[in-house]
Amino acid sequence: MLKLEHIDKQYAEHHALKDINVTFNPHETTVIVGPSGSGKSTLLRSLNLLEHPDSGLYTIDDRTIDLSQPVTTDTLLWVRRKTGMVFQQPRMFDHLTILGNIIEAPVHVLKQKKADATKKAHELLQAVDLDNTADRYPYQLSGGQTQRVAIARALAMEPDYLLLDEPTSALDPELEAQVLRVLNGLAKEDQSMIIVTHNMEFAREAADRMLFLEDGEIVFDGTPAEFFSEPTDRIKHFLNAFKFEN
Amino acid sequence: MFEFIATYAPQLIVAGIKYTVPLALISFVFAVIIAALVAVLRSYVPHATGIKSIGWRILKFILWFYVWLFRSTPMLVQLFVVFYGLPKLGISWLSPSGWAAAVWVLSLNTAAYASEAIRAAITSIPDTQREAGAALGMTDAQIFIRIILPQAARISIPTLANSFISLVKDTSLASVVTIVEMFYLSQQLAATNFEPLQMYLLVAAIYAIFVSILSIPQHYIQRWADRFVKVQG
Ligand SMILES: Nc1ncnc2c1ncn2[C@@H]1O[C@H](COP(=O)(O)OP(=O)(O)OP(=O)(O)O)[C@@H](O)[C@H]1O
Ligand SMILES: [Mg+2]
Repeated sequence: MLKLEHIDKQYAEHHALKDINVTFNPHETTVIVGPSGSGKSTLLRSLNLLEHPDSGLYTIDDRTIDLSQPVTTDTLLWVRRKTGMVFQQPRMFDHLTILGNIIEAPVHVLKQKKADATKKAHELLQAVDLDNTADRYPYQLSGGQTQRVAIARALAMEPDYLLLDEPTSALDPELEAQVLRVLNGLAKEDQSMIIVTHNMEFAREAADRMLFLEDGEIVFDGTPAEFFSEPTDRIKHFLNAFKFEN
Repeated sequence: MFEFIATYAPQLIVAGIKYTVPLALISFVFAVIIAALVAVLRSYVPHATGIKSIGWRILKFILWFYVWLFRSTPMLVQLFVVFYGLPKLGISWLSPSGWAAAVWVLSLNTAAYASEAIRAAITSIPDTQREAGAALGMTDAQIFIRIILPQAARISIPTLANSFISLVKDTSLASVVTIVEMFYLSQQLAATNFEPLQMYLLVAAIYAIFVSILSIPQHYIQRWADRFVKVQG
């Protein structure tokens, strides 16, 4: 379980998160939507402490971190092992092969044996349909392929929660579909996921729960059915922005 | 003409092999090690903890001062200070011989420039790479050593190769600390045969040949380092 209580984040000019209270349950897929600048990335990045909120409590399982205090390196690394992150751009380690990218952290962070990590990496690559690319370098793969590798790389650390920040918005529709199929598969396998996306169809299909963020606040928290069939005026307006007919 | 070359080239080449080449190679090895250390210490910023201790700051200042000092004074002057000046202060262990003085100055001088090149390469690696490593639970040191440095090393190669070429030519300055390297020898020969033009053109040509031969490995090192990037063109 991930639980945020009274989370606040103030940038110099902008109050990015305002008193956020939310709990993410295991084995659920939560989709976060909201207009640009509403704080979606800040929220997601706060969950694995790439961003440090100014105040609030962050509870993972039975351990509570007071974010108004500096966190120790141990705590930081512990949080990062609980939460895997996939960014909008794949952020491959360019100097390592695809296999090297995937086993890097399992071998050097989790201290797994290289042979074990390699075996696991091949299984993960098979799952994202890319096992034939293991020995290639990132520049030799397409954007959709590298993004699937990035998902495999995050999963190799066996995080309790997989966080994805607009994982498909840099991709062509066809490549996007490949990535979303992988994510939908993970959702079906009950991998706990928190995904920021603009793809409403995916949200409808894969989400167990939807959050709508606006101006640093959670203004909707409910099921996709509620979100799409009984939208508030504000959500209706947001959803209309995705339609191009007048 | 041919006779002139046949008479003098062999001696010059022997001097080159005995002095110029080892002086350049030894100094370059030291220079790269020093440059890498200086660059790493000057650019390492631990994000998780943020070392802000006074000792750290003093170290950074000393490194800055070293780079500044060696880049803003002529190498010739540095050689004189180390070889003739420091022993007067009783610091003769630093330069017990012309060789030691030359290696010290050539490597420290080259390292001062090279460290700036390596530092620029480290800085050029986007912060997204650090974040990607951090998100995987890697420590700052792991990210630096395993993710940033290998990519920065590739970027540094062309500049380091340039430093090496300069270094080969700069060995000619070692003549002022009593090393009879190629250029010094050519001066002595020109003083006896009264053919300065031919003599100095010949030694120039031999320098060019040495530099060209010594530059060959760069091509292969670069090709190996470029294995993970799209080859342009
Ligand atoms: N490092 C930063 N420094 C200052 N302001 C920031 C920083 N990061 C984000 N912000 C501001 O905080 C607000 C929320 O940013 P955030 O990136 O979380 O939005 P978002 O919902 O992810 O938007 P998008 O859909 O465009 O990705 C924005 O107004 C942004 O300008
Ligand atoms: Mg964002």
